[in-house]
Amino acid sequence: MKTNKLLFAILIGFIAMFISGCQRNLSEEVKVAKFPNNPAVYIDGFSGGLQYFPFGGSKLDAFTVDTQTRYAGSSSMRFDVPNVGDPTGAYAGAIFPDNGGRDLSGYDALTFWAKATQSATINEIGFGNNFGENKFLTTLNNMRINTTWTKYTIPLPDPSRLTLEKGMFWYAEGPENGNGYTFWIDELKYEKLGTIAQPRPTIFNGAEKLESSFIGVTSTISGLTQTFNLVSGQNQTVSVGPAYFDFTSSNPAVALVNEKGVVSIVGTGNAKITAELNGVKAKGSLSIASSGNITLLPAPSRPAANVISLFSNAYPNVPVDFFNGFYGGSTTQTADIKINNDNLKYYTQLNYVGIEFNNPSVNATSMEFLHLDIWTNEPTSANFEIKVRDRGANGVLNTNVFTGGPIEDDKEITYTVPSSQITKGQWVSIDIPLTGSIATQKNNLAQIVFVGNINFLLDNLYFYKN
Amino acid sequence: MNQGNQSIPKRLFISVQSLLLPTLFFLFLGCSDDTQKVVNFTTLVMQDEFDKNGAPDPNLWGFDIGRGQNGWGNNELQFYTNRSKNVTVKDGNLVITAEKESFSGAEYTSARLITKGKFEQTYGRFEARMKLPWGQGLWPAFWMLGSDIDTNPWPGAGEIDIMEFRGQNPSTMLGTVHGPGYSGGQSIGKSYTLKNGRFDTEFHVFGVEWGPNYINFYVDNVLYNQLTPADLPGKWVFDKPFYLLLNLAVGGSFVGSPNSETVFPQTFLIDYVRVYK
Repeated sequence: MKTNKLLFAILIGFIAMFISGCQRNLSEEVKVAKFPNNPAVYIDGFSGGLQYFPFGGSKLDAFTVDTQTRYAGSSSMRFDVPNVGDPTGAYAGAIFPDNGGRDLSGYDALTFWAKATQSATINEIGFGNNFGENKFLTTLNNMRINTTWTKYTIPLPDPSRLTLEKGMFWYAEGPENGNGYTFWIDELKYEKLGTIAQPRPTIFNGAEKLESSFIGVTSTISGLTQTFNLVSGQNQTVSVGPAYFDFTSSNPAVALVNEKGVVSIVGTGNAKITAELNGVKAKGSLSIASSGNITLLPAPSRPAANVISLFSNAYPNVPVDFFNGFYGGSTTQTADIKINNDNLKYYTQLNYVGIEFNNPSVNATSMEFLHLDIWTNEPTSANFEIKVRDRGANGVLNTNVFTGGPIEDDKEITYTVPSSQITKGQWVSIDIPLTGSIATQKNNLAQIVFVGNINFLLDNLYFYKN
Repeated sequence: MNQGNQSIPKRLFISVQSLLLPTLFFLFLGCSDDTQKVVNFTTLVMQDEFDKNGAPDPNLWGFDIGRGQNGWGNNELQFYTNRSKNVTVKDGNLVITAEKESFSGAEYTSARLITKGKFEQTYGRFEARMKLPWGQGLWPAFWMLGSDIDTNPWPGAGEIDIMEFRGQNPSTMLGTVHGPGYSGGQSIGKSYTLKNGRFDTEFHVFGVEWGPNYINFYVDNVLYNQLTPADLPGKWVFDKPFYLLLNLAVGGSFVGSPNSETVFPQTFLIDYVRVYK
């Protein structure tokens, strides 16, 4: 802490000099104050400034100092991953920040020795997490570990940007097949190996993406990775934060991209988003075809008394738990957009997506139809299906995990929108009769699922009667 | 350059010259470039700086074309061509490129240059400054064969491997000799590993100094091995002319096949080849 105070004083000194001495520039002798570059994180104890903060919901005492089992020196870091059902926490996970900040630009890797009581796969391990912006979050996913001490290397994606990093180390790991176990980490430090080579960054995990879009849509670039070849010959890929990249839009009049990797559509036409990491062009891109502004629908005219609305600016809406459950296997992304004060949901990369309204469920006994308006720019070969589920009297959704269909007391209808009804570039109103298997059980409606292959805008999702 | 080339640990030889010369040079030059400084032969007799774009100098370099027998004796996977796609001089370097492409029954193409019948020499200093390819299954080499190989079949003619390298071990190279009674898996040599560097990210100088009854192996300014007749379990066959070879093999018993992570094309860059007497 003393060092930090000293540095702070030096910094203030410089600032004061700068402000008071308007005529003077910094002379060549002046060196800009740098943050400490202590490479040690945990050798035989916490390095200076290092702190420990477990994640909420994790087993808070998962981390201990072990003086019995160690790779070198007098102690190691021990992590006890809980069993499933452990009342003290569902998983082990923590950050180890040095909130004074360190200059890591002289290193090229975070290295450590590790072993475990059994073969296991650590879900996430890395650095750049300090519960702050995590701009330079760097994560090795699914790290294989076994019962012998092994040295691991997590490459720094671009050391030159890590002149003030606070997140020295972090990890998150759950039980293996329901069982807890223990692993140890020792000699945890930053190193200049000189053998981290052949960088190959990606965005969208290297995919060349095409997307039709329109003014007002924002989306975030995903699948940011950096791969290096290590001295072992092994290729090591880490997931990385957007701040390592320089993003570029080929046509800023159509699409803008900021340093957080957020793409905003601002005009009509085509634009391609690409990226570089430390001067190396990233594999992967996003090609956008923006059809410009879309014409909004006139507000619905049905009397509010005849409507139970889930999502519309024209009616009061009942509570909805979520508009995208990110169910297993779903690729669907959902964005909130607003055009002329009308809120819309934009669904992209649709395979299937669930909307749930469990708290409370909807009693639509008096209602006759589900209404929704969609707008898509897809070709007419699109397929689109809507499922409406009643969860029954037991109060929970009961789903066959293999088919996704209803079981126990749940009832569901599936409505297929004829592809001839889906017209490119126009709003399409869909009215689904609440008949069939839910005709006599629609007092606990709780879920709507969309299945299909189109990107679409959604508005005015409500139940109604005539 | 044959299969199963194991690195047999050898006592590191440090001559008086090797200690003195670097010290002196260091004092005079006061810099740490990768020019090697552990040498005795200083009269330049052959050099190719690869300064003229296009095909390599035909007065110095010929080619081995095709797949050889059993993949040049090593189950190598490439077809060697002399197309500019596989071998060219560009921007001051000889560029040998391994491509993944179907070609005359092979899955890969590459190139192998030889000075047989064009430049052959007994003894001297043979060195090249090179940047190597990387990835599982890549096998570049800078090496020599006895010029009498047509009448004195391998391994009788002798082979001096100045540099061999496995793309999956990016910091380690090998220097080796083969001869009668010590070839293939029984060859004699040693590996050298960079402590904080790699052979695929920057240029390094690889060389031998070869005289009567010794061959010294060096990388940059590090002499990492000396072989003498006493080190060999068979006859010393290194008192006659040898010619030079430069090639980039793909796959084969020494290195294993490329895998799904191997990136193609791969380039083997040679900044210069120089021979002294």
